[in-house]
Amino acid sequence: MEYRNIWTMAETHEGRLKDVSYELLSRGRALADKLEEHLVSVVIGNDVDKEQINELILRGADKVLVVESENLNDFIVENYSNLVVDLIQKRKPNIILAAATANGRTFMPHVAMRLHTGLTADCTELDIEKETKNLLQTRPAIGGNILATIKTPNHRPQMATVRPKSSKPLETDESRTGEVEIIEFDESLVDGRVKKLASEYSKDSGLNIHGADIVVAGGKGMKKGENFAILKELADKLGGVIGASRDAVDRGWAVYPQQVGLSGKTVTPKLYIAVGISGAIQHLAGMKTSEIIISINIDPEAEIFKVSDFGIVGDLFEVVPLLNKKLQEEVK
Amino acid sequence: MNIIIPIKQVPETSNVKMDPETGTMIREGVESIINPLDLYAIEIGIQLKEEHGGKVTVITMGPPKAEKALKEAIAMGCDDGILISDRKFAGSDTWSTAYVLGEAIKKIGNYDLILAGERATDGDTGQVGPNIAAYLNLTLGTYISRIDEVTSDSIVVERLLEEGYEKLQMPLPSLITVVKEISYPRLPTLRGKQKARMTDLPLLTASDMELEEELLGLNGSPTRVVKIESPKVTRGGTIITAKDEDMLEESVDKLIEFLKSKEII
Ligand SMILES: Cc1cc2nc3c(=O)[nH]c(=O)nc-3n(C[C@H](O)[C@H](O)[C@H](O)COP(=O)(O)OP(=O)(O)OC[C@H]3O[C@@H](n4cnc5c(N)ncnc54)[C@H](O)[C@@H]3O)c2cc1C
Ligand SMILES: Nc1ncnc2c1ncn2[C@@H]1O[C@H](COP(=O)(O)O)[C@@H](O)[C@H]1O
Repeated sequence: MEYRNIWTMAETHEGRLKDVSYELLSRGRALADKLEEHLVSVVIGNDVDKEQINELILRGADKVLVVESENLNDFIVENYSNLVVDLIQKRKPNIILAAATANGRTFMPHVAMRLHTGLTADCTELDIEKETKNLLQTRPAIGGNILATIKTPNHRPQMATVRPKSSKPLETDESRTGEVEIIEFDESLVDGRVKKLASEYSKDSGLNIHGADIVVAGGKGMKKGENFAILKELADKLGGVIGASRDAVDRGWAVYPQQVGLSGKTVTPKLYIAVGISGAIQHLAGMKTSEIIISINIDPEAEIFKVSDFGIVGDLFEVVPLLNKKLQEEVK
Repeated sequence: MNIIIPIKQVPETSNVKMDPETGTMIREGVESIINPLDLYAIEIGIQLKEEHGGKVTVITMGPPKAEKALKEAIAMGCDDGILISDRKFAGSDTWSTAYVLGEAIKKIGNYDLILAGERATDGDTGQVGPNIAAYLNLTLGTYISRIDEVTSDSIVVERLLEEGYEKLQMPLPSLITVVKEISYPRLPTLRGKQKARMTDLPLLTASDMELEEELLGLNGSPTRVVKIESPKVTRGGTIITAKDEDMLEESVDKLIEFLKSKEII
């Protein structure tokens, strides 16, 4: 059997599809159209919202494969990998895209190793090579200093993880139709060696800087943990979340999940505001691909200004409160 | 508790220079260091050994000079180091790297836990850890931020993900990849450095392991790098200096206009 069709791995969390599930479809749609193959969204979970499953079709999927089981409620990589390997062996997709999230970056390498195929991590661009029809996968490497384009010429499927927020979901198109196929989960695929004992998901999504459209980040220039209050006010006004440089995290002004950069998270929000952050190469590695970058720094020579679309050279303790005040007037 | 830690030697990226002509990294004069994210694995490995006994073995696949990374890890407190090096390994992608490391770990044997870094700061994929677990059919925990409990045949760990944390109970042996939050790496001590100097580092070459030739190096790697570019870094945005009261007002007004033009507000 020939390897055909593009699969996107929807990501579920407590029965809901995460936004990235739809973002992957806009990537997949472009590839499917170029190759004239079908776009299939694969949903793995338990008791997943039916309306959301249908929305996958309205936002680009030709088909949705749904595998549900109580044993798939929690992400246990061995179970996911067993299932995905089984599905791939039976149906032979040409390309598989998943989210470059904690879970996507765990099961995809697991699967790729077992199937002896290539996987490219954290892609920011995907295309099809005209002559060979191979998938071209572009990703930043060496702390964002280079962009490498990678392909998998002789192994199938071609696999890639894609950064959340690096593409927009397609608009819903009510006229689109497609098939939803329910696949019965073969319970013998459950591995059973690892058990999830508990979870502690933060109620305020404030720590999920990965999924945020707007990140307001503070650095050593904030001087004190309490001063992050002015950033919080700014973030709240804009509907964003708080990020931080490593220096700010090391000083205890923010927690590690908020750290942006080489040893923290890589974010690609619509807007990144860097306040009192110098723009060290390790910090830039985590935010350079943001759509819009604004920075506030007292030092005109700060590196952060080089990557900024808009910058204010000034004392953040004057600029940010004034900005908050003026934004307040705006909403009135 | 016997622990194996695969570590990678990487170029120090804080002062990376790119050749603007070729778009490749200028490697001359760039120091090689232990992948900074592997230091957290080394630290927690040493702590586990101190608490539960056993030994810590660091392994690295790389050119002969990667020996230095092993010596540094021993200076921090690891017991043994093994260099896995062969010309045949050159050009390996994550699949082939994990294949060789997996076979090396099999050969070393007698381990309870494998600790890997979250990702290497040069390749930046974070795939080799999960790859090795898959290859050896070891249970896998990624993005581990804390080890809560260790018994003779299991560990309880906390895993960091976008939504928060989850607690997993895993059997031993397992492979876990760790994030920065798990530990504060210690510095090498003088005594450690002396010990490192005296420690012999055994070398594993391709012929010391049961490897299939066609799975090695560039030929064995499913992926190919076809192009390398340096992205444009400078954005040439508007920079306004708020040097006095008036300019402060004006700069903030301009910023608000900018936010409006971008439909943020
Ligand atoms: C292996 C490795 C990994 C690393 N990983 C990361 C990472 O993931 N993330 C990360 O961020 N860093 C990382 N770093 C650290 C990085 O090199 C920098 O040290 C760090 O980013 C600096 O943080 P900062 O910009 O907050 O502090 P600084 O560099 O000290 O900058 C503070 C800035 O605040 C400005 N400032 C001060 N007062 C004011 C004021 N009143 N108003 C306005 N501006 C003001 C200053 O002009 C300065 O530019 C890593 C380093 C290494 C070696
Ligand atoms: N060549 C190598 N030798 C030993 N360990 C490695 C090597 N490459 C990667 N690793 C391990 O795998 C982790 C992830 O690396 P990577 O997948 O390259 O980002 C690293 O933090 C190391 O623990």
